[in-house]
Amino acid sequence: MSPQMSPDIVNGMSSNKEAAESTTPTVTGAPPKLRSTNLNFFYGAFQALHGISLDVFASKVTAFIGPSGCGKSTFLRTLNRMNETVKGSRAVGEILLDSENILEMEVSQLRRRVGMVFQRPNPFPKSIYDNIAYGPRINGMIKRGDMDQHVEKSLRRAALWEEVKDKLHKSAFDLSGGQQQRLCIARALAVEPEVLLLDEPCSALDPIATAKIEELLFHLKDNCTVVIVTHNMQQAARVADFTGFFLMGKLIEFDSTEVIFKTPKVKATEDYITGRFG
Amino acid sequence: MATSATTPQMARPQGRASFLSRAFSADSLARVVAFSAATCILVITALLVYELWSHSAISRAQFGLKFLHTSTWDPVHDDFGALPFIYGTVMTAFLGLLIAVPFGVGAAIFLAELAPPKLSDAMTFLIELLAAVPSVIFGLIGILVLVPLLSKVVPPIRDAFQGHPPVFFSGSFIGVSILSAGVVLSVMVAPYIISVSREVLLAVPRDLREAALALGATRWETTWQVVVPFARRGIMGSVFLALARALGETMAVTMVVGNTPRISASILAPGDSMASVIASQFSEAIGNLYPSALIELGLVLFGITIILNGAARLLIIATGGNAAK
Amino acid sequence: MNLSFHRKAVNAVMLCLTGVCTAVAVGLLFFILGYLFVQGGFSLNLDFFTKLPAPVGEMGGGMANALIGSAKVLLLATCIGVPIGFLAGIYLAEYAGGAYASIIRFVTDLLNGVPSIIIGIFVYTMVIANGGGFSTYAGGLALSIMMIPIALRSTEEFLRSVPGSLREGAMALGATKSRTIASVVVPAAIRGLISGMMLNLARVAGETAPLLFTAYGNQFWSPGWKQPTATLPAMVYAYAVSPYPDWHRQAWAAGFVLLTMVLLINVTARTIVSSGFSHKQK
Repeated sequence: MSPQMSPDIVNGMSSNKEAAESTTPTVTGAPPKLRSTNLNFFYGAFQALHGISLDVFASKVTAFIGPSGCGKSTFLRTLNRMNETVKGSRAVGEILLDSENILEMEVSQLRRRVGMVFQRPNPFPKSIYDNIAYGPRINGMIKRGDMDQHVEKSLRRAALWEEVKDKLHKSAFDLSGGQQQRLCIARALAVEPEVLLLDEPCSALDPIATAKIEELLFHLKDNCTVVIVTHNMQQAARVADFTGFFLMGKLIEFDSTEVIFKTPKVKATEDYITGRFG
Repeated sequence: MATSATTPQMARPQGRASFLSRAFSADSLARVVAFSAATCILVITALLVYELWSHSAISRAQFGLKFLHTSTWDPVHDDFGALPFIYGTVMTAFLGLLIAVPFGVGAAIFLAELAPPKLSDAMTFLIELLAAVPSVIFGLIGILVLVPLLSKVVPPIRDAFQGHPPVFFSGSFIGVSILSAGVVLSVMVAPYIISVSREVLLAVPRDLREAALALGATRWETTWQVVVPFARRGIMGSVFLALARALGETMAVTMVVGNTPRISASILAPGDSMASVIASQFSEAIGNLYPSALIELGLVLFGITIILNGAARLLIIATGGNAAK
Repeated sequence: MNLSFHRKAVNAVMLCLTGVCTAVAVGLLFFILGYLFVQGGFSLNLDFFTKLPAPVGEMGGGMANALIGSAKVLLLATCIGVPIGFLAGIYLAEYAGGAYASIIRFVTDLLNGVPSIIIGIFVYTMVIANGGGFSTYAGGLALSIMMIPIALRSTEEFLRSVPGSLREGAMALGATKSRTIASVVVPAAIRGLISGMMLNLARVAGETAPLLFTAYGNQFWSPGWKQPTATLPAMVYAYAVSPYPDWHRQAWAAGFVLLTMVLLINVTARTIVSSGFSHKQK
């Protein structure tokens, strides 16, 4: 399958000739894990996203950057339809997960396959163990006897096991902010999602905790597709294989991280990367 | 959009998969159950209004508006006028507020403005406990302690006027009276005034206080001329709430008011209130007209308390919106 | 200088007066508690808990039937009122929006403000006048109607205090809305919910007026649910307004037991909600 063109990203910016040359990057082999085609998103009468088309490739980290309010989080939250909790919101277009349109899937089934980690750590007011076991329990995935093992595995994947193994039944609130966020990642991993969405997961954390999470993302992509939204360009440059730049609800440029940061094709991207605005 | 690859599709929020299976899913069942429970409230309230209305029909047909302004209450001859009870209700509630409002607002000011936070919280806790004391307990203390006490204290005061007491403080005094009911009510409603007024005072923005203090106002001037006026609608709201409660209070009033359907200018005389006459006579009301008249009293009381409650909530909401958080 | 002195004096006097107001209010509470505990404490004996009321004119006797009666009425009221109020509160906090929610909220406040004696009339005309007769279940029904609006508002309030991020967290794991409410939102608010229900119970436990012509009263045991029953608050009333000193003594004892119960539940509930766990995240 050939990589898809994203032809209309410059809708409304057609005077910008460079933008028209922007294409999605080429990845040899596998078809995209997620393919968004001409996705528009509305909060009531306000259009938050304009014709977003891009591919997210399996076992890669894809980052979305852009100034605040540019629609990067909205797009991320459309990928598992968390936006639907907002009254009057509406998605128009097509997003394929493998080859299924997620807008037509059963929503809880979708969210089980496409997990999410939020800006601020949001552990449940339960024990560490019960936080991890929550997802597998409600989805009826794991037999009772296998739960301990599954919890350990999930915590290990989130590189949290060593720190919490002695206090699994203590409240999750006893953990530090960074640990709580890794707990939330472990909680999301426990339902074995195919895609993990992270919405500025480090914005509430200190640099050391941030470094731990970035390192974690690097290992995660082995058996999970990772999509991360960040306001921190260095973070995108460090962790992502592909980077998309959003501006005012439009996807301006999407390419391999190297291209975006070294040889961006669109002037707006270059301006943003070099700090000339935003 | 010239090169748009796919036709945009509408997506309903829940997706379109299997409408039928969703209609019967646990999720929508939960929603329906919760919705029904909420609707229960509407049904109960509607039924309540309907029952009061339909069961007072006989009395309403018989007396019309005359019910509200005649003062005969004669079960033997089936002649009923509600005026003595309306008067008694208003008088007892008025007396109660007359005592409770200054005390309540004063205490609220102390708790919100002056007391150290820890002391304030502890005091508020105790005062809220006072609000939790059942009304029958107030009645018990009222009839067995307050009434004997007042019958010792009041006559000497009345006699100190040397035969010319003001008309509202004259006549014989046997203890059970409008006055006793007013005193008991004041103790009962004060906690409401205190805790609600304290909250609205606490909601007044800090900078307002600081601005006044910076202009050289004393603590009291700041409170009385700046903070209290700012919160006045909320305080009024608390008073309305207290009034609604005083008007509807049944047991404590029944036990100390004297249960006499009479309009008397003196607060030393026994009287009766709407709620208390229902409590004391309803279970022995026989025939058609007698219970119907009592239910009509209930309807009137219901109408009054609803209007007051609505007004109180509007006032408190208005102040709450006023005061920045 | 003179004016300044005047202002200072007013300041000091008024500040003191507000303190006096508070002291009087709190003092009254201690007076009521103290007086009742002394009077009630001396009047209380084992007979009170084990014996039936003595016939008029005889000394002694107890209120065992009223204790059981109150327990039954309250149990019934809780079983009807709390679930309805709780579910309706869930509806308002988690599902409803717009006009319908506002209407329900308004009507709930309205129902909450209705004098309790009117609830008594309502149940009387609905149940007793329709041939039901004075009974335990009519009393329970009357109190349940008083519990519903309080249960609704406290449930709504405590559910609203649960941060939305927890709901998102659960939904992002594939939980359905009802599942999210049942397994995350309600558990997160459980302390508040329980204490709200306890306060609710404490409030109606002392209610007398709605019971006067629903549960009515009974000098004897009231087996089952279909006979009139004595209740503690109604006994306090009946005995306090009687002319007999020995009944007054028993009224004090009953008042003591009633108030102790109500205040104990109150204090426990307030301790539950203010202690320990909070939703605050680091």
